Amino acid sequence: MASLINALSMLLILTNFRLLGASRLGSCIQTVAIQAVLLGLLPVLANPQMPVRAMLVLAGMTFVKAVVLPTLVRRSAREVQVRGEIEPLIGFTLSLLAGVGMLGVGIAASRRMALSAQYASPLLVAVAIFTILTGIFLIVARKKAITQVLGYLVMENGIYSFGMAYAVHETFLVEMGILLDVWALVFIMGIAIHDIHSAFDHIDTDRLSTLKE
Amino acid sequence: MEMPWSALPVLVAFVASPFLLSIINRTKAFFGGRKGRPLLQPYHDIAKLLKKGAVYSRTATPVFRFGPIVGLAAVCCALALTPMGGPGSMVSFEGDVILFAYLFALMRFAAVLAALDTGSSFEGMGASREVQFSALTEVAFLLGISAMAGLTHKISLSGMLGIPVASDGPSGVTVRTLVAAAFFIVLLAENSRIPVDDPETHLELTMIHEVMVLDHGGVDLGLIEFAGCLKLWIMSAVFLGTVLPVRFGNPLGDTALIAAGIGGIAVLIGIVESTMARLRLLVVPQLLVGAGIMSLLGLIVVLG
Repeated sequence: MASLINALSMLLILTNFRLLGASRLGSCIQTVAIQAVLLGLLPVLANPQMPVRAMLVLAGMTFVKAVVLPTLVRRSAREVQVRGEIEPLIGFTLSLLAGVGMLGVGIAASRRMALSAQYASPLLVAVAIFTILTGIFLIVARKKAITQVLGYLVMENGIYSFGMAYAVHETFLVEMGILLDVWALVFIMGIAIHDIHSAFDHIDTDRLSTLKE
Repeated sequence: MEMPWSALPVLVAFVASPFLLSIINRTKAFFGGRKGRPLLQPYHDIAKLLKKGAVYSRTATPVFRFGPIVGLAAVCCALALTPMGGPGSMVSFEGDVILFAYLFALMRFAAVLAALDTGSSFEGMGASREVQFSALTEVAFLLGISAMAGLTHKISLSGMLGIPVASDGPSGVTVRTLVAAAFFIVLLAENSRIPVDDPETHLELTMIHEVMVLDHGGVDLGLIEFAGCLKLWIMSAVFLGTVLPVRFGNPLGDTALIAAGIGGIAVLIGIVESTMARLRLLVVPQLLVGAGIMSLLGLIVVLG
């Protein structure tokens, strides 16, 4: 089991690097969906004797994160006719290198954290911190409002895997609360992006700061 | 370690390495629906070049003439360090991986100096690109080798590439996959294959490695091409040792096995070249940083 969890953590790290290096919006959204599927598999591997009810909740959550939210983001991207390219404020190669740094931070932090008994894998904590940081990085370092929604989704994935690593059994409680927030966020951001677009013909957030009352 | 048997794979490498170009060419021809060059064409090309004289520019100094010779010498030393088959490499000592990596760096350094010595702006441009990309591949290679060293608890090249997969820990498969993926990208980049560089391009603006050797002719060019073939052979052997360190324990069988494996890698390179377009120059560093990240992940798994 431990080696499978390790392999999944590796894949999660690689999806994060793909997010940092991807230059197309479509592949970014796809990667976020893949990440959600991987995270859905993780609790099953960590706890094979899972009750059926928990399994159903997990399946529902994975469905929302892997299918519904990406579809919503994709639709709002289509509606406001965003161009397919991501416009980075920090270049892709530099983003990848920053990713290495963030991974290092994650590993250093996971080493220092107190290990609880119910602790899935030391690598998973590092991956969780790295995923949260990647989400924040995407929010900060990309220009369009739509990539910021993606950043929030990635961050949520990170928080979820953090919960996975620490509370193997009570993880869904936290997760469902956060998921509700993210769900609302995607809706609000969808509307906001639409409004920004209809008012200004673009959704570049770095130009919003020049607005005055 | 008996010298005669460990010399056998080296001899095979000398004889068979130009044949890899034929295999790659035939694979590409198969995908393109063409017949391909005669199988012995690379040998004819090198033989023809070795028979010719060389023309030297008046601005070139002896540095230019030393370039190909130093390159070939470095690659021959690296060949002696490369484990190919049962008895390991001809020469092996603890920590020879560092020497191995820097023999290739020396080869590149000689080529870059020779390119700059011609005083042509095109060659300076090629040299600059070559150095930029190799700075990134070197990181990927050294990190990958460190991961292998951590996995096998050996710090000599014949040690870490000759240990059977069965003796790895539980994370062995993950590490070997990550490192092998990184090494394959390094292999493509170092041997100037698609998607990093196109060995058959004739447009100076997009060349990387080829533009550095534009001013070499005759014997010098022959030496450079032969050294290139040997380098491809060596890096394929290292890649093979990472993925499938299979040994029969019989020198003849091992040599045949490794030659067949390297031939298979040449087919793989041919498939990559037929199915992929060349990457834009600006995207190449991303690919190489990606290779470095995979090596780093392998190292993290080993240590963590």
